Amino acid sequence: MIINSRFFNRSELIGFIALAAILFVILPLTLDVFRLNLVAKYLTYAFVAIGLVLCWGYGGILSLGQGVFFGLGGYCMAMFLKLEASSVENTKIQSTPGIPDFMDWNQITALPLFWQPFHSLTLTILLIILVPGLFALIIGTAMFKRRVGGTYFAIITQAIAAILTILIVGQQGYTGGINGMTDLRTLKGWDIRPDHAKVILYFVEVVLLFACIGIAQFIRLTKLGRILVAMREQEDRVRFSGYSVANFKIFAFCMAAVFAAIGGAMFALNVGFMSPSFVGIVPSIEMVIYTAVGGRMSIFGAVWGAILVNFAKTSLSESFPQLWLFGLGALFIAVVLAFPNGLSGLWADYVQPRIDRLWASRKSKSEWADTSVADGAPAE
Amino acid sequence: MAVIGHQPKEFLLAVEGLTVSFDGFKAVNDLSFYVEENEIRVIIGPNGAGKTTVLDLICGKTKATSGSIQFRGKELTRLKENEIVQTGVGRKFQTPSVFEDLTVFENLEISFPRGRTVFGSLTFQRDKTVKERVEEVAEMIFLKDRLDTYADQLSHGQKQWLEIGMLLIQDPDLLMLDEPVAGMSVSERAKTAELLNRIIKDRSVLVIEHDMKFVEDIAHKVTVLHQGQILSEGTMEKVKNDPKVIEVYLGH
Repeated sequence: MIINSRFFNRSELIGFIALAAILFVILPLTLDVFRLNLVAKYLTYAFVAIGLVLCWGYGGILSLGQGVFFGLGGYCMAMFLKLEASSVENTKIQSTPGIPDFMDWNQITALPLFWQPFHSLTLTILLIILVPGLFALIIGTAMFKRRVGGTYFAIITQAIAAILTILIVGQQGYTGGINGMTDLRTLKGWDIRPDHAKVILYFVEVVLLFACIGIAQFIRLTKLGRILVAMREQEDRVRFSGYSVANFKIFAFCMAAVFAAIGGAMFALNVGFMSPSFVGIVPSIEMVIYTAVGGRMSIFGAVWGAILVNFAKTSLSESFPQLWLFGLGALFIAVVLAFPNGLSGLWADYVQPRIDRLWASRKSKSEWADTSVADGAPAE
Repeated sequence: MAVIGHQPKEFLLAVEGLTVSFDGFKAVNDLSFYVEENEIRVIIGPNGAGKTTVLDLICGKTKATSGSIQFRGKELTRLKENEIVQTGVGRKFQTPSVFEDLTVFENLEISFPRGRTVFGSLTFQRDKTVKERVEEVAEMIFLKDRLDTYADQLSHGQKQWLEIGMLLIQDPDLLMLDEPVAGMSVSERAKTAELLNRIIKDRSVLVIEHDMKFVEDIAHKVTVLHQGQILSEGTMEKVKNDPKVIEVYLGH
């Protein structure tokens, strides 16, 4: 029967175990702290990619502005860390001690009102979720209720990414401007810069990543996940089955925004700074490319896409800095033309059938023939 | 059952003075007609007469320029598409529109009238009621052993049946079908006619169809549209012998 009550099917379970083993065991054991911290940075983009799988892969809503939400999450975290680093003690040489250094350089003499909540870690954590979530809710409501979709939506999200960058750069006194927020030191008095802290933060991030994978997988398996797929194909039929299409799109877009924001917050913690260069059009498009390379229909694929593309970016731009953008462009064209379902599509087409066959032959040796079931599988 | 406004009780659907204009072209022009409970009404007419537009207006796909559509005393012109569906109006499109990346079971399950909000669909459980209802409908639409098949593997006729099934599981009080037997093979057509004859019982049905044999079989009353207006209305017998209808539509 159709009912599959398990949380993961067999190939997803293999993907889950492999990813967990690599991230929890193999990488921490084999990489030095510097490289592990790089992986932590790559993984912050995996959060964005998981959101894009739901929103773009399943819901068919292409957002070219995920950098906005990544940035909002990152800035919320960075503002908390910056305030803690700007205690009166640390900033007594400033003309106004107790405010962030960039404010002092810009002749601001009191902490602006919107900075006040970031004195509290609890509020900060809430705001990391709420600010991008509400912002996505507003954009989503404004767009989807008016049935703005497809390319128009993509272009508008891109414009928002550009606007937010300009705003951050322009309001230097409040945001740190083009340099962003640097010199982040402690989290509730715990120094985030030494090696052992980096390792702990890496594990915290991986745990959060798996939590997000779990949430995304849960959504995918509910009826909501199937409605997203249905909506992508036949929006009108969903509407005429009694669903408000706009509400489902808003939900998917908000979920993607919240995932991206968690990634952004982890970025600020792991990398130790946040700047507008992670908010704008180029990083937003890169985020879509990670997802496309990994496979926009696959949660695990998207995680791998984020890790591998960023790894390639680091290695390529270390040796040929000018070539990277060309490489990224070529990669995107290759994905669109040659393997539209990304790495996970290649896996499903070439690797998975072999595993299935191995599995089937082992099974038929040990048990009495059950091959008829296995034969039906590779049709995907 | 329902609260009726100023409408006489027996009308399930009352369309009055309905007009829609696209850039000045009046696709439907001051149209009025009434559908009773359990009535099967067929709309016929030449191409471009505005038949599909009338269905679009009732289900909310197109917004009326003026006029009113009352369903059980509720004004539909002010409601959104999904709200119209929830009042009990179901619509089948001319080209089969099913969800090809989902299985037959999932297609029917999505159409099952429960958990239609975001939260409702997150907590939706595929329980016994749902399974039984899906299987029951699948049996009616001849797809009982294709429940696990992805809809893109179905033939054209099977997709039409699936879409009819998706409507059926909603159990609408008014079922609107746009050319349900178009593009079907002879045997599929016969099976579909049989299926339609079965599902149109106990509800009102509004059908657009060109197949005169089929129309004659099912229609209680026929409305002939021409250039957005009613040319003739009445029993098939009456309409068939109406000289105006013969001239613009039936030919000879």
